[in-house]
Amino acid sequence: MESKKEQFTVSVYTENNIGLLNRISAIFQRRHINIESLNTSASEIEGVSKFTILINMTEEQVKKIIGQIEKQVEVIKAYYHKEEDTIYQESCIFKMNSDLLFDERQIQNTIKESNARIVTVNKEFFVLEKSGRKEEIEELHKELSAFGIMQFTRSGRIAVTKDEMKISTMLEAFNH
Amino acid sequence: METQTIKTKETTAKTTQRISGSEAIVKCLIAEGVKVLYGYPGGAIMPVYDELYKYQDKIHHVLTRHEQGATHAAQGYARISGNVGVAMATSGPGATNLITGIADAQIDSTPLVCITGQVPSQLLGSDAFQETDIVGISTPVTKWNCQITKASEIPEAIAKAFYIAKSGRPGPVLIDITKDAQFEEFDFSYNKCEGIRSYNPIPKTDQNSLEAAAKLINEAKKPFIVWGQGVILGKAEVEFKTLIEKAGIPSAWTIMGASAIPTSHPLNVGMVGMHGNYAPNILTNECDVLIAIGMRFDDRVTGKLDEYARQAKVIHFEIDPAEIDKNVKTDVAVLGDAKTSLKAILPFIKTNSHPEWHQKFKDLYQIEFDKVIKNDLHPTKEGLTMGEVLKEINNQSKGEAAIVSDVGQHQMIACRYADFNVSKSNITSGGLGTMGFGLPAAIGAKMARPDREVVSICGDGGYQMTIQELGTIFQQKAAVKVVVLNNEFLGMVRQWQQLFFDKRYASTEMTNPDFVAIAKGYYLNAKRVTKREELADAVTEMMASKEAYFLEVCVEKEDNVFPMVPSGASVSDIRLE
Repeated sequence: MESKKEQFTVSVYTENNIGLLNRISAIFQRRHINIESLNTSASEIEGVSKFTILINMTEEQVKKIIGQIEKQVEVIKAYYHKEEDTIYQESCIFKMNSDLLFDERQIQNTIKESNARIVTVNKEFFVLEKSGRKEEIEELHKELSAFGIMQFTRSGRIAVTKDEMKISTMLEAFNH
Repeated sequence: METQTIKTKETTAKTTQRISGSEAIVKCLIAEGVKVLYGYPGGAIMPVYDELYKYQDKIHHVLTRHEQGATHAAQGYARISGNVGVAMATSGPGATNLITGIADAQIDSTPLVCITGQVPSQLLGSDAFQETDIVGISTPVTKWNCQITKASEIPEAIAKAFYIAKSGRPGPVLIDITKDAQFEEFDFSYNKCEGIRSYNPIPKTDQNSLEAAAKLINEAKKPFIVWGQGVILGKAEVEFKTLIEKAGIPSAWTIMGASAIPTSHPLNVGMVGMHGNYAPNILTNECDVLIAIGMRFDDRVTGKLDEYARQAKVIHFEIDPAEIDKNVKTDVAVLGDAKTSLKAILPFIKTNSHPEWHQKFKDLYQIEFDKVIKNDLHPTKEGLTMGEVLKEINNQSKGEAAIVSDVGQHQMIACRYADFNVSKSNITSGGLGTMGFGLPAAIGAKMARPDREVVSICGDGGYQMTIQELGTIFQQKAAVKVVVLNNEFLGMVRQWQQLFFDKRYASTEMTNPDFVAIAKGYYLNAKRVTKREELADAVTEMMASKEAYFLEVCVEKEDNVFPMVPSGASVSDIRLE
């Protein structure tokens, strides 16, 4: 029975409805499950939203959670995926002091090697954007910390799956 | 409101009428067939009450004495009739007072539509007078909820509300409507909701699962059924009875499943769970195939999960996919509504009888009878038992009455000993265990089915939580029979204190008022019984009464309910004393 905790990405396709975020997050809250990251956005289907939720739990638990999420009236379908079943990205931005670009030669190399992108530069600060896997972002954060970071924000995970998610077919079936 | 719904085609062509949001609310309720609703007026819902006044020949509003009573009455109405119960309240405290009943309806799958008034939309979020975020508060305890700020959104929201409340696994919904939306005029037309694209109320029954389940049932030597309210909610009583008779399977019920088949049916082996019968609890851990039908393996049913039916293959007939493997791992899950799936499996089921297996139930029943039932129903000691009161009620009702119980010892006794001949006769708060449920729920039940005898059985504790609803009984002339089994204790908690807390009776002793005087204060016929020789006559008088009647029976103060599966113990460790 005892299974190991692992990282799962939960994808939830929903109607775009006020209050649904509350309903879905309450399901995690009741069971004392910490949401590692959460992203809501439009999906590939017009008028359908997609929640991407990152959680750490056992597979047995995640199955029960999926059932309870899917049970919500305005949830169209919920899936869970293991790490290897998705292609995912996170994104982050750093605000740094512009002097660093001139004073610290190493920072130029760090930026280049990390495939980060300079979004804007002015006299006081520059803004660096980086998309990638969580570890890559953490690595860059570690390296830039040495120079002093003025501000840092990381996004939640966004992911697509290797397998097809047949939402359009489901919705079409409803219309006929 | 971006959720896509299907509307009925024939009604869409109707011409529209220009009316206010509040009138639209009442017209929508009438269109949904609502004849009675329960509620309490207040500032933010007043425009709707004004319309209810105008439409009082079409729809009857019952003023309860507290909003909690309105939800419980609506629940009683829904549980006995199978129709949606409707409750209404104003914003703020009116709305929050509905919550206990809504939570109760959610956990016991009762279809309710609750309508609350809300402060005008321009004041939302400003901590206005009587503003609460009732949508936020009710979210975890509703099947669905929404807030309406424009009159034009009202018809679709109400249509959806009724559809969601009653379809699939039923549940409560709440619609919060701002006062400006109630006043606003718009072009009204009403279309019933017939589907929501994101919502699949009844999952398809898979043929393979049916055949796999049938194979397990046919090969079983010691099959055992535990059924729940799903049989009643799915209107599957006939299919269920046909199945168990063909397969010859002993069948036990959860508290919510009670009355789906008559108590006297030879295959009905009683109640499972904490205060259920001895045989079905013990033999849960001896059966080879456990067939769960429309039930959810509540912890009060299963006891210690690690020692629950581990030897058995488990088949689960269930409408809600989220219940599969939630608590007990199933070998075969049969999704779908009970009526369809039980009908569909029948042709695959072989006729059987299992006489030796049945004998085990009979033998264990005899042990329970000698140790417990005999003393409960035929006591030789001086004090009255709760059981003998139920026996008297059975004698008079011939099992035809609907028993509406509150929560506690009397509830367990009522469920254990009441005779049920007809379905939808055991109305009680099962999942939430809401004290105060019994009296208002009985009012709703009686109003939904005036042709049926409705007996409310309460303890002295729970009764006083909603005692003010005696006023509703009087005002509505609802001919409810109210029995209070008074042991001057919060009996169930006291029982636990006795057994598990070394008799430290912390805050369980009740110094009670004169209940008969209170009932008479509400102009009800009332009587108190303290001696055995008075009991039969008093019950006879009560049952013969055409009007509401209150009967207080002073029972033994420190009686316990047995059998009992102690909390956290295995069902087979059930105690008889």
